[in-house]
Amino acid sequence: MAGIIGEILRGLSTTLHMAATKPVTIQYPEVKRPVRPRFKGRHHLMRYDNGMEKCIGCSLCSAACPADAIFVEAAENTDEERYSPGERYARVYEINMLRCIFCGYCEDACPTEAIVLGDNYELSFTDRRSSIYAKEMLLVPVDEGGKPTPQKVEPGIYTRSIPVMQDPKD
Amino acid sequence: MTTMQEFEFPLMDGTLDGMTHLVSERAIEGDTVLLNMGPQHPSTHGVLRLLLELDGETVITCIPDVGFLHTGVEKNMEAKTYIKAEVMSDRLDYLNNLGNNLVYCLAIEKLTGLDVPVRAQAIRVILVELQRISSHLVWLGTHALDLAAMSVFLYCFREREIILDIFEMVSGQRMMTTYIRPGGLWRDVPDEFEQAVRQFLEAFPERIDQYESLLTKNPLFLQRTKGLGVMTQEDALRWGVTGPMLRASGLAHDLRIAQPYSGYEQYDFDIPTHTDGDTYARYVVRMEEMRQSIKIVQQALDKLPYGPVRSNNRKYVPPPRSELSTSMEAVIHHFKLWTEGFTPPKGSVYVGVESPRGELGVYLESDGGPKPYRIHWRTPSFMNLQTLPMLAKGNLVADLVALIGTADIVLGDVDR
Ligand code: SF4
Ligand code: SF4
Repeated sequence: MAGIIGEILRGLSTTLHMAATKPVTIQYPEVKRPVRPRFKGRHHLMRYDNGMEKCIGCSLCSAACPADAIFVEAAENTDEERYSPGERYARVYEINMLRCIFCGYCEDACPTEAIVLGDNYELSFTDRRSSIYAKEMLLVPVDEGGKPTPQKVEPGIYTRSIPVMQDPKD
Repeated sequence: MTTMQEFEFPLMDGTLDGMTHLVSERAIEGDTVLLNMGPQHPSTHGVLRLLLELDGETVITCIPDVGFLHTGVEKNMEAKTYIKAEVMSDRLDYLNNLGNNLVYCLAIEKLTGLDVPVRAQAIRVILVELQRISSHLVWLGTHALDLAAMSVFLYCFREREIILDIFEMVSGQRMMTTYIRPGGLWRDVPDEFEQAVRQFLEAFPERIDQYESLLTKNPLFLQRTKGLGVMTQEDALRWGVTGPMLRASGLAHDLRIAQPYSGYEQYDFDIPTHTDGDTYARYVVRMEEMRQSIKIVQQALDKLPYGPVRSNNRKYVPPPRSELSTSMEAVIHHFKLWTEGFTPPKGSVYVGVESPRGELGVYLESDGGPKPYRIHWRTPSFMNLQTLPMLAKGNLVADLVALIGTADIVLGDVDR
């Protein structure tokens, strides 16, 4: 009998000890847990510093996507109306967030680092139609010093589609 | 509650005829009661339906009805290229995501003869052992919760959170990591990885002691688990039971030792066993396994070699990003691998690893095309669940909850 009570007291001392420690929970949504740099959240379509879009409309992200969540339709760039370096740009770019499983294959596959998975994990919508994120929603705003696309440029500057890139660290 | 006559069977063809051999004579006469437990029942640990034949509170027969979580993963994987199919392996046993990635990649590597750098192998071992701990934590928490020990559940999930954070750190995802890739890893681990793991290793043994202070000698826990659901070694082998359930019946069989993979032979660890074969023995074995996993992670971290984490074989592994702007071949390989995928040679392989639940195996058949011709998963939960009718017979309904917990099933693993 004494042993039984002793064991129960031992357990109680553990729980009492825990009651005196600081809580590990956080009060979401008032407080948000910071995500790690590699976190795979809502996508962004990136731009170069001058405002030019990185996406060249190659559809490789769409081909690599295991969930078939991406739809890309490319169109031709001209120097009068230039959206991205190289020959083509994405006229239509849509990601269906209901299909996406946030695996990051699109980011891996993209040859220009145009599509990048960001930090936002609060994706909610009230109907299926709004689960399709169109290009306007995905494209990041133009940086200071950059110009919005389409840009009118001198001919013969933007002939290279694939930029010089580093191996990703984070 | 309904008697047998008025009970409608959604199983089989809707009539009783196909079922009579499963229940006792007394059920047909209406002497005993048939009761559905699940599929929507918190202590079945998922969508598992148990059809119980009860005499009062005693279980006469227990018929597991599986398949509610059937997603056709195996068939779906055959419709995707090898690399795209990998994301689905995460979603089978959702407490052992990295372990599933590992066995799938090992199968591809065996099929193609792909080399894996030593650093990648060591990181694989570290992550898979952390995954084992996190899986055992979920098992311990829910098992204790089923037996009315609420605080253990909270503590276990607190520690599991640390592990999931490490997974987020390396892969960007807490659960569906897809971090282990054919030929190595997705990327090298970030710089803060080693410190984070070391911190966890330092704090964790004390936490196990805390759980044990609440359970191991607790008279209420002992009464609920000792002598319950005894499985002899013979039975375990006959039913194809593996993992902690088999080891709790006295057989020290562990694939990490029996057929080492990913360099497990370099690490020094024990296989905990127990001879009682009851629910308590399985508890003891799993608790000790967590301590052994710490030992393995510690050793792997101490001698973590430097070097690349991906194979250089461009036929199977995409080139590094920095090469894309300088090498035409790299661009061609990159485009080819991400669209058409790679084509392994014809053949079939089977690879098994020790998952937290037992032997997890992948059988892969290739017809030389870019998609697997056939892929089959040998999942330990499915095998271990089969023993439930045998263990449940003659026990009380309340003990059935403990028995489901001790089998440590994951329904994603059972139903696939
Ligand atoms: S994260 Fe994965 S599922 Fe989502 S769009 Fe990219 S490739 Fe497709
Ligand atoms: S996001 Fe990248 S992969 Fe997708 S179409 Fe644009 S450039 Fe190609």
